[in-house]
Amino acid sequence: MFEQPVLKVEGLRKQFGDGCGHCNSLSVDALEKNYCTTCGTVYACQDLNFEVYKGEILGVVGESGSGKSTMMQCLYFDKEPTSGAVYIDSYKEGRANLFEESSQQKRYIKDMVLGKVYQNPIYGLRMNISAVGNIAEKLISSGVREVEPMKARAKELLEAVNIPTFRMGEAPKNFSGGMQQRVQIAKALSNNPPVLLLDEVTTGLDLSVQANVLDLIKEIQRDFGVSIIVVSHDLGVIRMLADRTIVMLNGKIIESGLTDQILEDPQHEYTQQLVNALL
Amino acid sequence: MEALLKIENLSKTFTLHHLDKHIKASQNISIDLKPGEFIGITGRSGSGKSTILKCIYRTYLTAVGDIWYDSEKFGRLNLATATERQMIYLRKYEIGYVSQFLNVMPRTTARQIVEESVLQMGKTLAEAQKEAIKLLTHFNLDPELWDSYPQKFSGGEQLRLNIARAMAKRPRLLLLDEPTASLDAASKLKVRELIEDLKSTGTTMLGIFHDIEFMEGLCDRQFNMEAGNLR
Repeated sequence: MFEQPVLKVEGLRKQFGDGCGHCNSLSVDALEKNYCTTCGTVYACQDLNFEVYKGEILGVVGESGSGKSTMMQCLYFDKEPTSGAVYIDSYKEGRANLFEESSQQKRYIKDMVLGKVYQNPIYGLRMNISAVGNIAEKLISSGVREVEPMKARAKELLEAVNIPTFRMGEAPKNFSGGMQQRVQIAKALSNNPPVLLLDEVTTGLDLSVQANVLDLIKEIQRDFGVSIIVVSHDLGVIRMLADRTIVMLNGKIIESGLTDQILEDPQHEYTQQLVNALL
Repeated sequence: MEALLKIENLSKTFTLHHLDKHIKASQNISIDLKPGEFIGITGRSGSGKSTILKCIYRTYLTAVGDIWYDSEKFGRLNLATATERQMIYLRKYEIGYVSQFLNVMPRTTARQIVEESVLQMGKTLAEAQKEAIKLLTHFNLDPELWDSYPQKFSGGEQLRLNIARAMAKRPRLLLLDEPTASLDAASKLKVRELIEDLKSTGTTMLGIFHDIEFMEGLCDRQFNMEAGNLR
């Protein structure tokens, strides 16, 4: 292998419900839908395996309910996975399964190793404190204590995401959706994470704002060398951003490949439907 | 001389699930391409010409056969089975693809497109800026257009930008996918000059073209595609 992955996910599973005699006896492939018709247990993520490499953008597409966001929630410890492992090369030399770390260590990983941008900025930002304050909060949790460097870093990041200087002291609740997303991205980048998780970050934004956010993500990839997982149900977004793409359906990865290959020569029936809908 | 690219019995079939159909595109294609050589393939629309190039570039998955490429980084590598990350590396550093269409990020100027290509090679911004000016000048893109978005460029202008972008990487292998389609006679002449220029620099090329006259005297070897087969 000529390069090592920055992030590696192995056998990630997340189910809601305990399962029953019927669904527990089925293999991943045998369970056609992502729920059990007998007991109602939902199998949101089923045996997900993938890797992300330095500086690449990995796209994740699939319809609503396919398990994309659940996967991201598990990776950011917002939800506890049922089983599986995730490794990041910059944490304990890539030997520790992050899911098995203590709560304190998971907090450290969130502060120092990962950044996440949510579809709804309300989950990623504190709406009542200033944009600068939001960044400062993240910097404090990552160990920065001196005020002046903190302010300078916050200003630098907010400038990088095109927040005008005169608005940096304002609370994000006064910002437009696009501005809130940009502040969220700045906040997620503040601790220089090697891996950034972007969950439907352009959904609900109008086209021109969406375009600005996409430009920003590309700039971040180029300027910071961050590895990014972008979840979107919009193939247009994935086409613009992703080097490689995985396609999810009913909690499973049904296809993966180079993004242009997924779009021009999709193999799975569902991916063909998805691409036909786009074109 | 060892071939830079050796295609062996390449076949590509598309499965269209919703129509329950299998469409045969290219069948049993075998070609050798030596370093510095330019092979041209002609054929009617739908004859399967582009399929060959797209299989090499891995935009299409090869159904049957091998595509052996002599990579500087990986040595002899089958592009039909190389990993996605290997393909990304090769696209970045070794194999260029030029079509009549320019597929780039919106709101990116012509100058930025070429600079980006140089930056991807690990050069500094200053080096990229210098190299972009050199390439845009070399491939005759009007300086008035350098800071404009190329979506409104003419076909010929887009093509010149496309070639400048591809050549920024100084690829060992350049794939030309109908670069002259839909161009007028004067623009075609320009493309011909560009290709002659690339040939003189020793770039190895595999190109597909619509019209046979265009290729006269330009290619080292010439093939014709008919119904998915190479003649």
